[in-house]
Amino acid sequence: MTDPRIAGAGVTQFGKHPERTGRDLFAEAGLEALDQSGVDPDDVDALYYGNFMGEIAEHQGHQGPLMAEAIGIDAPATRLETACASAGAAVREAVKTLRNGESDVVVVGGAERMTNIGTAAATDALAIAADDLYEIRAGMTFPGAYALMARAYFEEFGGSPEDLAHVAVKNHEHALGNDHAQIQKPITVAEAMDAPTVAAPLGLYDSCPITDGAAVAVLTTAEYATDHGLDAPVAISGTGQGGDNLALQDRPQIARTPAADKAAAEAYADAGIEADDVDFAEVHDCFTIAEVLAIESLGLFEPGEGIHAATEGTTTRDGEIPVNLSGGLKAKGHPVGATGVAQLATIAWVLEGTHPRADAAPDSTVGVAHNAGGTVASTTVHVMEVKE
Amino acid sequence: MTETPLNGEYDDWLDSIEAGEGYYLKCDGGHGWLPPRRVCPDCGSRDLHDEPLPDSGDIVTHTTVAVATPQFKDDAPYVTAIADFGPVSITGLVRGVDPEDVSIGDVVGIEVGERETTGDRAVVFRPR
Repeated sequence: MTDPRIAGAGVTQFGKHPERTGRDLFAEAGLEALDQSGVDPDDVDALYYGNFMGEIAEHQGHQGPLMAEAIGIDAPATRLETACASAGAAVREAVKTLRNGESDVVVVGGAERMTNIGTAAATDALAIAADDLYEIRAGMTFPGAYALMARAYFEEFGGSPEDLAHVAVKNHEHALGNDHAQIQKPITVAEAMDAPTVAAPLGLYDSCPITDGAAVAVLTTAEYATDHGLDAPVAISGTGQGGDNLALQDRPQIARTPAADKAAAEAYADAGIEADDVDFAEVHDCFTIAEVLAIESLGLFEPGEGIHAATEGTTTRDGEIPVNLSGGLKAKGHPVGATGVAQLATIAWVLEGTHPRADAAPDSTVGVAHNAGGTVASTTVHVMEVKE
Repeated sequence: MTETPLNGEYDDWLDSIEAGEGYYLKCDGGHGWLPPRRVCPDCGSRDLHDEPLPDSGDIVTHTTVAVATPQFKDDAPYVTAIADFGPVSITGLVRGVDPEDVSIGDVVGIEVGERETTGDRAVVFRPR
């Protein structure tokens, strides 16, 4: 068994494209990925596709085959849904089928159309990743859920909204110059602190925007890449996935994300690495507190220490372990079902040296992607390494 | 009355709280859950029985939601909290106190109220 290679990736501009259909967004990213890969589309054995709110936003279920034909491939196509971790779950399925010999070439991607239904309806749609009976009916919104986690974190470990503001400032700064990013605007800690409240203690700049976009990658076996002379030096060397109780109220600790702990442990063991080997990470910062929880679960910081990472500059692009060089969900944007593959693309491009922020991690060989669904009841972690 | 089908044991559970006879489900391993449950997710026990819900709980975390979904737009700003009732924790709307004055550790009782926006039933906590 050898580790699957990333032969090509394509990402649309993340932003407001309310008039563009999901299938068109996916086609743009998918055709770019296929073109970049050099793979014959007839060789594609399967499509794994992430999408969360297609029924609500586009009145469109059964999107797998729709997306396959949108990029001109004739292959079995399956949609996966694990809320915001849908694309991460799709990557995991792709890795498994390439490793077990069932496929030589797999297209993996995701798309989400969100802004066409407006902020209120999109907020409503995002909320259904929570427990309808016990959370949504008690007024829990998606920002509200992370606000509950943030306050519980402050209570257990300390830290403050100002520390979270530093996460936002960092990720906004990282997104500058990233043409794929929805928000390319520097902000200050004071601006972040003074922004309108969304769900206290979280404000506008603690929250990722609502985003339309798609991301697609073409993965092959190492043997296929060699046989076809593909330029595909980056491998997915580890995959992990963890789960948790859906509702926050049913978890022993609200300020921890054990699903991500499990996913990271599995992915690191799979890749044969330790947390100390990780050079940089793309993590699921749907809200600033989510980045804090993610870097702790990845073992990059001890529990209770992640809150200080951005404030102290450890995770900035000139820090010891850069986190979210893309700008993260916070600034790059979060087209829900596409995010996990957009993270994959970012890491591949940083490792290959072609990403606008690749200079922040010039000699890096190991990057990690952390993609979380809901309040982290689903998490995938993927380890990516330069193999040639 | 609405013609929308009820959510089985969940609505029965709300009825029990309204009647002052709130309960939770306890497995023989001592884990507590809210209905409907056929198996304990912690230990796999299928022997779940009703136990009286403790009279009050402690708020373990809370948020004041300013940007609400359309189903809560007339309720906003409102406080959603998770309260620890011992064997189970429950999420509810905190009423009867200024949002600014809600704190972790506050002792609350549980009742069933109505969502202002839609009139739907909702779990409500009030300071004790």
